[in-house]
Amino acid sequence: MTATAVRVLQQLRRDPRTLALLLLVPPLLITLFRYLFDAQPQVFDRVGGPMVGIFPFTTMFIVTSIAMLRERTTGTLERLMTLPITKLDLLLGYGIAFAAMAALQASITSAVALGLLGLDVKGPVWVVVVLAVLNAVLGMAIGLFTSAFARTEFQAVQFVPAVVFPQILLCGLIVPREHMLTVLRWISAVLPLTWAYDGLAHAVAGGNGGRVVRDACIVIAVTMLALALGATTLRRRTG
Amino acid sequence: MLQATAKITDAFLDHAAYLGGMPAVVVEDLRVVRGGNVVLTGLSFAVGSGSVTGLLGPSGSGKSTLMRALVGVQIVAGGRVEVLGLPAGAAALRRRVAYTTQAPSVYGDLTLRENLRYFARLLGRGRDGVERAIAMVGLDGLGDRQVRTFSGGQLSRASLASAVLGEPELLVLDEPTVGLDPVLRRDLWATFRDLASAGITLLVSSHVMDEADRCDRLLLLREGHLLADETPGSLRARTRCDRLDDAFLALVEAA
Repeated sequence: MTATAVRVLQQLRRDPRTLALLLLVPPLLITLFRYLFDAQPQVFDRVGGPMVGIFPFTTMFIVTSIAMLRERTTGTLERLMTLPITKLDLLLGYGIAFAAMAALQASITSAVALGLLGLDVKGPVWVVVVLAVLNAVLGMAIGLFTSAFARTEFQAVQFVPAVVFPQILLCGLIVPREHMLTVLRWISAVLPLTWAYDGLAHAVAGGNGGRVVRDACIVIAVTMLALALGATTLRRRTG
Repeated sequence: MLQATAKITDAFLDHAAYLGGMPAVVVEDLRVVRGGNVVLTGLSFAVGSGSVTGLLGPSGSGKSTLMRALVGVQIVAGGRVEVLGLPAGAAALRRRVAYTTQAPSVYGDLTLRENLRYFARLLGRGRDGVERAIAMVGLDGLGDRQVRTFSGGQLSRASLASAVLGEPELLVLDEPTVGLDPVLRRDLWATFRDLASAGITLLVSSHVMDEADRCDRLLLLREGHLLADETPGSLRARTRCDRLDDAFLALVEAA
């Protein structure tokens, strides 16, 4: 699996534009957010911290969907399936590579947010970064699974508004969950990003470590489930 | 039914004896159905070790499907496919059988060397194997170039390099010479010949009949049926045609 992780990172390195987008867009967006709410600094303090951990979910979802779709459509996946590599090796290889990217992305974003923009985070920053990495792996796992339902890159990109946007709207970032209509609150309860956000919000607020751990466990469990479902879409034999 | 199968098996053992040694591939009554259409209609044949077998037929005749069945990535509806004495797709075969798909299945954004090192690591091979594979397909000096900048011919040779890397016993190559200029095609067939004399069994598909003459044995496939399973010489003699193209036509018309 380290062979696959190295290969995926090499591919990213060969694509400096994607790399720049991955690492620079989140700090730019968070800067934008900071000045958008210049008159209401309390909004930035509430939302800025969790955003650091939610960017990796979105970006890794997109990157993985497209990367896995390419594996499927260019025939490299078919070649891999004839080679001595297990599905788990392949999935973990992707997971390790994207987790490393997420750690880098979250570190840069939080450095900008805390150091330059004066974001007020009460809890330890490393917890935010760890949660960001977990969210990245979650995004990767869901992206991997959904990529099985796309035949083209056009379709794969459309899964962002379909799969990611509703989760961002409902996770509590924009409207706190206790202010939502009951039905929407129920829906938000089964969406993994809700728990990812909840953990981040508590980590940023610096209280209730148990709640953060519980939320992290939910994120890990959903990741495992998505990876298991994703593994079933990687078939050695196809029609 | 059992008796019939036993008869077929006996026939194969004779065939194997004729080929000199254990066959690398034995296929019995292979049937493949894709999307409700019967793609392969009960094929039976054997491929001898250390030979170059050409799988020829028009596009859509089932060549790729047959190759996919041999490497164990095709869902089959029935029949038996045995490769190097094991059922096709067995985990133990993943080091012994190599396969290139029709589209060059390499990572375009990596250099040739990065591609080969990745596949080599999966196969548990070292770096010298990578350099040998590059030399074998004649891509010396291009190791550090990104594969997506390659021409079509270079791409299919890059794909071939990834296949020969693990020193497989059976090489299954789906249309490796498509779109290549005649000089490159000749060189590639010379490479196949070298590999076969080193004891490797090759099954090479093509839809160009003039490549048939370079094979020890031919399998002619049309609409999922085997029209011929013989040497180019015996095909000529049987159809009384000098050109293999005409021989193919004669078989189609007779069928």
